[in-house]
Amino acid sequence: MSNTSISEQLQTQVQQASETGRQLNIIGGGSKSFLGRQCHGEALDVSKHCGIIEYDPRELVITARAGTPLQEIEQTLAASGQMLPFEPPHFGATATLGGTIAAGLSGPRRPYAGSARDFVLGCKLLNGKGEVTQFGGQVMKNVAGYDVSRLMTGAYGTLGVILELSLKVLPRPAATLTLLHECSETDAILFMSGLLSKALPVDATCYYKGQCYVRLSGSEKSIIEAQKKLAGEKLSQQSHFWQRLREHELSFFDSSKSLWRISVKPATPSLPIDGDWLLDWGGAQRWLQSNTDVSTIRNIVQQYDGHASLFRNGDRNSNVFQPLPLPMQRLQQRIKASFDPGSLFNRGRMYAEI
Amino acid sequence: MSADVARTNQQQAKLISALRQLLPAEAVLTDAEDLRPFECDGLSVYRRLPMVVVLPETVTQVQSIMHLCFNAGVPVVARGAGTGLSGGALPLEDGVLLSLAKFKQILDIDPDNAMATLQPGVRNLAISEAAAVHNLYYAPDPSSQIACTIGGNVAENSGGVHCLKYGLTVHNILQLKIVTVDGELLTIGGATLDSPGYDLLALMTGSEGMLGIIVEVTVKLLAKPERAQVVLAAFDDVAKAGEAVGAIIAAGIIPAGLEMMDKLAIQAAEDFAHAGYPRDAAAILLCELDGSNAEVSEQIMTVRDVLKYSGATEVRTAKDEAERQLFWKGRKSAFPAVGRISPDYYCMDGTIPRRQLAKVLSYMSKLSDEYGLAVANVFHAGDGNLHPLILFDANKPGELQRTEAFGRKILEFCVDVGGTITGEHGVGMEKIDQMCVQFQAAELSQFHAIKAAFDPEGLLNPGKAVPTLHRCAEFGAMHVHNGQLAHPELERF
Repeated sequence: MSNTSISEQLQTQVQQASETGRQLNIIGGGSKSFLGRQCHGEALDVSKHCGIIEYDPRELVITARAGTPLQEIEQTLAASGQMLPFEPPHFGATATLGGTIAAGLSGPRRPYAGSARDFVLGCKLLNGKGEVTQFGGQVMKNVAGYDVSRLMTGAYGTLGVILELSLKVLPRPAATLTLLHECSETDAILFMSGLLSKALPVDATCYYKGQCYVRLSGSEKSIIEAQKKLAGEKLSQQSHFWQRLREHELSFFDSSKSLWRISVKPATPSLPIDGDWLLDWGGAQRWLQSNTDVSTIRNIVQQYDGHASLFRNGDRNSNVFQPLPLPMQRLQQRIKASFDPGSLFNRGRMYAEI
Repeated sequence: MSADVARTNQQQAKLISALRQLLPAEAVLTDAEDLRPFECDGLSVYRRLPMVVVLPETVTQVQSIMHLCFNAGVPVVARGAGTGLSGGALPLEDGVLLSLAKFKQILDIDPDNAMATLQPGVRNLAISEAAAVHNLYYAPDPSSQIACTIGGNVAENSGGVHCLKYGLTVHNILQLKIVTVDGELLTIGGATLDSPGYDLLALMTGSEGMLGIIVEVTVKLLAKPERAQVVLAAFDDVAKAGEAVGAIIAAGIIPAGLEMMDKLAIQAAEDFAHAGYPRDAAAILLCELDGSNAEVSEQIMTVRDVLKYSGATEVRTAKDEAERQLFWKGRKSAFPAVGRISPDYYCMDGTIPRRQLAKVLSYMSKLSDEYGLAVANVFHAGDGNLHPLILFDANKPGELQRTEAFGRKILEFCVDVGGTITGEHGVGMEKIDQMCVQFQAAELSQFHAIKAAFDPEGLLNPGKAVPTLHRCAEFGAMHVHNGQLAHPELERF
């Protein structure tokens, strides 16, 4: 586990780039380089800027440099019986904390525990003028100034170089248990959305290959109690089902077709688009393997108040993320310019115009 | 009358008559008597009459008002129920006060997707009341929840006693509709769990009316837990109570609420609410556990053991729902209870890392002696959010100024120990100078740049929440902290 700060080198590189107007492409562990649009520029390697700076389990907060391996963070937390509650996908052993937050991805627990951005408390940021700035902090409740640190989540590095992050962490549940039962997709959607108004210790639900999966977590007794109220047989812990789902290692994801991530309200009925479907997040995040064209997919998804992003296998020079209405697009451009006036960072990674 | 004043009066008259074209007569107030109820929010030490109050009832009217004010270059302050505690809704003499009080409709409760869509003037508690038939509720519960409205909750990122487990407003909303400074209607976030582009939902939440006018809010609803139970523990030393808080969390338990009160607060609350608190204790903790029946039973056992091990002199579990409500009644009435023992009180709102509690409390007691003002402490212990109540008498000359100086020192100490000047009440007018202590010039400049991205002319609630660098330079000149001049990089005016 290394513990080094290279913030001065990074600052110098940004300042030089700013003077010469060179574009920069921020890189951590490279595990999520397949996400977003293709972007070009001189590499700004943050991976050497690493190490846990502060962790006090009693405060439920961890502060670490952006290049710290996600594995190291998770192992450190696990040693104290804690975890990152949003169950982030790694997509490779080299995943870093900074990349995890910049990509803003969350795993199966997301609808029940919150998203990556929900757990961000503060950050240190290198902006497009080469200044080191600090927002938020290490406390749970903090409303001084605009919430800039949460804004960094899912911004794909387009607003600045995340140098450090403070995240809220939580205790690991004492026990977990997964139940599965066979049903149709329509029944699964009804069942999963019905769970939202039931006081059960559910922390993940998914529908895959005709089976509905429900993960319970909490104390031993509470799980046994909940199990009595739900249908289904027990899934062996050895299957590592949720981890394989989170990491896209289930056979569903072995495909050369385009992989779409579709975000809709959980109770949305089955969408009339040809392809293979996997429903995660209780129906709120749906994965689609399909060769259907982009505009058909987006038109249908929009009719259901949702949005679609191209996750793997497709044209990465096109609109990977759902295009924004014009007034919103302009506002986002102005926000980008407020952090990165010279448009140095990850230009085009999210949208061509930012 | 100078020519300038005459011109201003003429322009104001023109604006008011244009507003009267947009709205019914009773929705445009200009008489001093009608303006009076809008002169302050919950922080009544700051008062000012606006030029005009408008009370629109449709989104189109809000858009027209904003369009008109934008073209006339007139500033606008939005206001919900006016329960805010930092002067965020303080009007401007030359500005429009835009009240959202008429937007009271619950537009939709959607149990299948566990969400509710509301107009901004819907009261916080009314959401949970309306969702109850579906076994759902809205989690954030600021103490003013009977009166405060969801639009104001979003503007302030309100908290409450259940934040440690259930989060703040920012964690419990999905979508906003806002009217921009120039009258455009914009949707931020979505009914989905995420939305494309930058996460402007987080940026809007807690932005204190500086970025847009909130005209619709979609919130997330949660299933009501099967059971909630509260444990009360008494301590003969506040530091031990503080240790116990860390020990509960170290035992792997996240209580639904974890509140601490010190001796003065206990006694005031007990005299007021007769909650059965031990009057002689130096501190009490209220620890609420919720979840499934089995989980709550197990956690009560663990928490009781931890509390005893941490040196509690007494540990009591509420014997029934009525006693649980009574334990909470004492805590929730702490502010009015303190109001009875002192002519006035000033409520502060810093957050600190919990491990610093003993240090901060002892610093406060030293300051209390120094300033000759008593302090009662009510504390969201679980998330480190302090609410010291400074007792004073506004009728005694100089006492308010002394109280404010005392309060500022507390907030600055919160920053020193790694915390923040405001946990949930917002910066508003009140803590604007303390922003200069918490942030450096580059960060303040960033905040101004964000504001300009939404509101280039600075017409939305100007002068609040983020100080100008000039103001910080002047404040720094008066305020030499630990021998260091704040913002040495700035020119002194």
